[in-house]
Amino acid sequence: MHAAIFFAILNHMVHYQTTRLDASFAALADATRRGILERLGREDASITELAEKFDMSLTGMKKHVGVLERAGLVATEKVGRVRTCKLGQRRLEAETAWIDGYHRQWAARFDALDKVVEELKRKEKTGGRRKRR
Amino acid sequence: MDAGKDDKPAPARYRTSVERKSARELVVTRSFNAPPPLVFKAWTTPRLLMRWWAPKSFGISFVSCEADVRVGGSYRFVFSHPASAQPMAFFGKYIEVIPNARLAWTNEEGGEAGAVTTVTFEQRGDETLVVLHDLYPSKEALDAAIASGSACGFEETFAQLDDFLAAPAP
Repeated sequence: MHAAIFFAILNHMVHYQTTRLDASFAALADATRRGILERLGREDASITELAEKFDMSLTGMKKHVGVLERAGLVATEKVGRVRTCKLGQRRLEAETAWIDGYHRQWAARFDALDKVVEELKRKEKTGGRRKRR
Repeated sequence: MDAGKDDKPAPARYRTSVERKSARELVVTRSFNAPPPLVFKAWTTPRLLMRWWAPKSFGISFVSCEADVRVGGSYRFVFSHPASAQPMAFFGKYIEVIPNARLAWTNEEGGEAGAVTTVTFEQRGDETLVVLHDLYPSKEALDAAIASGSACGFEETFAQLDDFLAAPAP
């Protein structure tokens, strides 16, 4: 429950409402495509390599990569006969955005926690013996 | 504009800082203007947890909050959100409990790739320094959390959600 209640909500929405959401959501609603992004986060790979890794036909992998490419999450480049895939600009920005969301989540929680702690402090002062500093 | 003393920015230690400390670890740091026993109490009493763990700006509300704060004890936080038909449950076990000093728990709602969260409460004069670590089992696990969590920019995502929620039902 540490991370990302926000993201859990998003994931729920991805599961329930995929058709209404845009390409990025749809692209990420699929476990294979999330796997492709993780893999490309480690190193660039050709379509053939990805197809082998995910035990999938070349045609099937091309479709997945196409979805990710249209969402801006993957970029591809053809050199000779080999099409190399790497993370797209949007995916590279995603980590920064995620950390930013994580930061906001904790900042908002801790600001609320301040109020709870202040109240406990007041209670403690008025509660027990009357303390003076 | 209002230039009252309340408008002064909070000292840096009362601001929340976040650092990706390693490939699989995030660290959150913040000070509180109260001694560790009070801050610890707010982290370990369900009635109090419910007041700050999901602040209003999250747009979600607690359905229930259970926290059996002892080594091996479980917690289960259940939330509802207007956009989600199903309630969301976050759960795990406490694996370290040192009163007023240290808490650690597992995060099991996402399966085995969940982080272990450790929080320390350190006395600093009249204040408490809270340091929270989220340690994922691997770089891949943290990357997966990021990949599945951040469909695109945060702001953009919420703008899209707003549009989506504002659209007339089919």
